[in-house]
Amino acid sequence: MSLPFDFGSLFLHFLVLSPMSIGGAITTVPEMHRYLVVQNGWLSETEFTTSIALAQAAPGPNILFVAVLGWNVAGLAGAATAMAGIMLPSSLLTLSATRWARANREHIAVRAFAVGMMPLTLGLIIATGWLLALPFLRADDHRWGTLALIAVTVVLTLKTRLGLVWMVLGGGVLGTLGFV
Amino acid sequence: MNRPESLTELFVAFARLALQGFGGVLAVAQRELVERLNWLSKEEFVEMLAIAQVLPGPNVVNLSLMVGDRFFGTRGAIAALAGMLAVPAVIVLALAAAYGELSQHPMAVNALRGMGAVSAGLVLATGIKLLPALKQNPMGRWTALGLALAAFVLIGLLRWPLVTVLAVVGGGGMALAWRKLR
Repeated sequence: MSLPFDFGSLFLHFLVLSPMSIGGAITTVPEMHRYLVVQNGWLSETEFTTSIALAQAAPGPNILFVAVLGWNVAGLAGAATAMAGIMLPSSLLTLSATRWARANREHIAVRAFAVGMMPLTLGLIIATGWLLALPFLRADDHRWGTLALIAVTVVLTLKTRLGLVWMVLGGGVLGTLGFV
Repeated sequence: MNRPESLTELFVAFARLALQGFGGVLAVAQRELVERLNWLSKEEFVEMLAIAQVLPGPNVVNLSLMVGDRFFGTRGAIAALAGMLAVPAVIVLALAAAYGELSQHPMAVNALRGMGAVSAGLVLATGIKLLPALKQNPMGRWTALGLALAAFVLIGLLRWPLVTVLAVVGGGGMALAWRKLR
């Protein structure tokens, strides 16, 4: 039960999701799934899930999973359409909000925002790391090896200036060799 | 503090950091913009990230727009955003095109698992490394740390929706800060 594809509808859907994507586009994934898989049948369940996993594993911002979804629906034009939709509203909003905040830097509301939001921002970063680590800790295979790898990564990042990309590649090698 | 000399430098810096970011760019953004290039102080980075976080859109993409705009206005925002997205987009689409092949190899799957574990560690370390930015918070160090802990517990352990946590911890933090600053 797949409905005929149309670019206008795809663009509009992502355009509407963009202003709702507080905390990143990943928070609107359930809605994308409803639209692309359930309602329109443009992607299968597997295509949807692997699109997201692939973009997470590749270098670059995770938002590129939207490009992969668009690609799997309608090739290069689909990727461009979906990305334009998800990026335009949030980018324009970000630019105008930052400029307003910079022009009113001394205003007490802006100061209170900057100071008051800092703890939340840091708590969120640590929670994100924790949630990324959790599936590894729950898996029965390689649990201790993976836990050790995560711990070593934290220590190396805090105590050395080793390039981050080397650590990621090292993790890939250890994974290939079967240690984690 | 340093600053980028040209739009090209801005583009290259963001392309460079995006390409190092497997499984997320935040850790690399902190390392590059604060530690290597010295374009932002630790406190400025967290402040910008706070704004990038509450606005819709991916936080690192918003951050690239904000950093670009700060140094070169709209042209800078576009250069930084393009740096962040252009090359990684080509790579991820090439991978998507080749995925049918790749998924047949257990080696690729194992390598991805190892890389995923490291990126989790990188994000954790970035959070820990930025915690000292709270020392000079006008709310007081312990209040600020308490709020950060509350945010971690609500999101990471109790899995509350982000919007609720923004309202409770973010709103609470702003109210406390407002009273201190007045």
